[in-house]
Amino acid sequence: MTDGPRHLSCDVAVIGAGPAGLSAATALARAGVGTVLVLDREGEAGGVPRHCGHPPFGLREFGRVLTGPSYAARLRDEARSAGADLRTSHSIVALLPDGRLDVMSPAGRIDLRARRIVLATGMRESSRAARAVGGTRPLGVINTGALQAYLHLEGLVPFRRPLIVGTEWVGLSAVSTCLRHGIRPVAVVEAGRRASAPWPFSLFPRLAGIPVHFGTVVQSIAGRERVEGATLRHADGTVRTLACDGVLFTGAFVPEATLARTGHLRLDPATGAPARDAAGRSSDPCVYVAGNVSGAARSAGWSFRDGRAVAAAVAADLRALPRQAQAAGDRPREREAQP
Amino acid sequence: MTQAARGMGAFDVAVIGAGVVGCAVARDLALRGARVVVLEKAPDILAGASKGNSAILHTGFDAPTGSLEHACVQAGYREYLAIRSSLNLPVLETGAVVVAWTEDEVARLDAIESTARANGVGDVVRVDRAALLAREPNLSPRALAGLLVPGEHVIDPWSAPLAYLLQAMSRDAAVLRGTELLGGRFEAGRWRLDTSAGPIEATAVVNCAGLHGDTVDERLTGRRHFDIRPRKGQFVVFDKAAARLLGTIVLPVPTERTKGIVLTPTVFGNLLVGPTADEQEDRERADVDTPTIEALLEKAADILPALAGMPVTATYAGLRPATERKEYRYRHEPELNLVTVGGIRSTGLTAALGLARHVGTAISGETHRTPPSDAPSLAVPVLAEHMARDWTRPGYGEIVCHCEMVTRREIEAALSGPLPAGDIGGLKRRTRAGMGRCQGFHCQARVAALTAGRLAVPMAAGRCDD
Repeated sequence: MTDGPRHLSCDVAVIGAGPAGLSAATALARAGVGTVLVLDREGEAGGVPRHCGHPPFGLREFGRVLTGPSYAARLRDEARSAGADLRTSHSIVALLPDGRLDVMSPAGRIDLRARRIVLATGMRESSRAARAVGGTRPLGVINTGALQAYLHLEGLVPFRRPLIVGTEWVGLSAVSTCLRHGIRPVAVVEAGRRASAPWPFSLFPRLAGIPVHFGTVVQSIAGRERVEGATLRHADGTVRTLACDGVLFTGAFVPEATLARTGHLRLDPATGAPARDAAGRSSDPCVYVAGNVSGAARSAGWSFRDGRAVAAAVAADLRALPRQAQAAGDRPREREAQP
Repeated sequence: MTQAARGMGAFDVAVIGAGVVGCAVARDLALRGARVVVLEKAPDILAGASKGNSAILHTGFDAPTGSLEHACVQAGYREYLAIRSSLNLPVLETGAVVVAWTEDEVARLDAIESTARANGVGDVVRVDRAALLAREPNLSPRALAGLLVPGEHVIDPWSAPLAYLLQAMSRDAAVLRGTELLGGRFEAGRWRLDTSAGPIEATAVVNCAGLHGDTVDERLTGRRHFDIRPRKGQFVVFDKAAARLLGTIVLPVPTERTKGIVLTPTVFGNLLVGPTADEQEDRERADVDTPTIEALLEKAADILPALAGMPVTATYAGLRPATERKEYRYRHEPELNLVTVGGIRSTGLTAALGLARHVGTAISGETHRTPPSDAPSLAVPVLAEHMARDWTRPGYGEIVCHCEMVTRREIEAALSGPLPAGDIGGLKRRTRAGMGRCQGFHCQARVAALTAGRLAVPMAAGRCDD
């Protein structure tokens, strides 16, 4: 078996290297709060924009229009040059009281102690199971996040003629992503009476020749190995079956709040997100919450700005604390094991 | 495959179907020294009834007293606990409590208790409301009383049969997946089986075909001695955050038709509610429907109010191979060297090892068998949350599925070895990749890339540059 964990300490540990986490880390490092460690479970920092191959990102933050991957690269560069220490392939096993984190990396377990923690784990789309959609469980039922990873990270196509569920921005973006990769959506369905994204953007699928059905839900999915069709139920109660080889569930974002939910943070019962105040303070004075894990479902730009605002509150909080004896330098410090 | 089958020569026993019963039967016979071949029509094992159950290791406290089911459940229970360490299989010693919610149900606890005692399960304890709530403080205060069955446990329903079959293979059993039995003739003391992979000869045949047991019966004997009437059970899996709300399996007071809806912890660290019981004709289509899922959610929150609003990780349905009668449809025809193990409905996961010993004794004509302590030990991967998973050991490469902490090393191991995953379902059952709360939002594309060219049906529809 393994040796015991390494014991490390730092001033601020940021969990999640997406727009909120990286902008918080950049601002904290620039504010001179000491060592800022950013932990991300993926092999590359940058968060969701890494696999959004479309503009516009970064207009307000960096004054220019960037694609998702170049925006993510820009966020990484800024954080690193500010002095933040980015650690990828680091999974948080548990978020504990008193600023402690149980961390696993391919090199081994780490018992990390931070004076403050910024939880910036983002959000994800609701799965088909979470939406209680009926039917069988064939291949080809995915979220937009997986679609983007198939296309942009792995060079694979998950389906050719999917049904698209939802008309939030991400749904419209998914239609565009499909069309650019030779995937032809058979229809877009939306449970509401009108599109979630604003006019005129909401016209886009129709302009691309894809039927859009409002007041319509997916009742069930059929298929043995791969998706063969979906049964739709319209608001007037009529039901019909549409042939397709995939179902893409878009939007209906939920906070990626597992560390809060399985840990000790108080949750907001309405959103399932860790409860926070305007400055990002959670129910634990050591833990701040930034970006979309707060229960919002907002843009990368909003997350970036929220990360920066939360960082300002964390920096002020640390400045108000009695100065602790600190080792010089900006590297995380090895420390003695504590019970 | 045809050549492979021909090249293997003749077998002592052909086992039809690689569900939990077929895997256990293959193990028992191989441990007796028989040359075994297992025929499975799906691309991977556990593709039928065995892929969706409630994962409970039953004591047999409520089995029909003196029945074959009663005997096999208890023999299976004992053998599982005896061999599980040598196969690296988990057990979660939860205990179960039969909860009475009405005065009528309270009255029926007496009969359940006396059945349990008659069945040799003597450690059952009647608990009043206060004791019930002291043990499970999150249980609805509407609970009136209960019967505690300490021996009911929770196991890994997929790693166990995989281990049984791997143990059989270590004793030279051949496993032919993607191979359907089409017919057979018994001539001069031998079976000549016609399969989709070509002819196979075996001295004896064991029909463990589960949901297709009656079809296989007809293909072998020319008549159906029973009719499979699939009974679907729908389940909901709650987020791991729910697991800390309950430590004991909560059983209802059963009805004549079904054991009813259970709320149970899983070894994977989730909480599971189900199954429903709906008759259907189709033997393949294990579909869920929204009203039933919503009713299960309501039922679960009724039992454990803190579950209201708890995120749902997954929904699934399992098909039980029920027949027109309640009991196991076991038949031994010595003049045909044929054993039929049919109609193993709800208790198959526990009873499998007991049934296997029963079959092995019938076919070999003797009760002697290699004791488990002499059987080759092998370690199947640990998927249970309360044991040390692969990610706790450095050098795992990368964590591919973050929700279930599945490593690349585990996925690569599941795609190699003597019985690699044959399809995505098989990979999920061997590793749990994609079975967590995000249902593949984060990992599915990566898993598709890692499994490219390795599964019967590829996860992706093609490449971007096609």
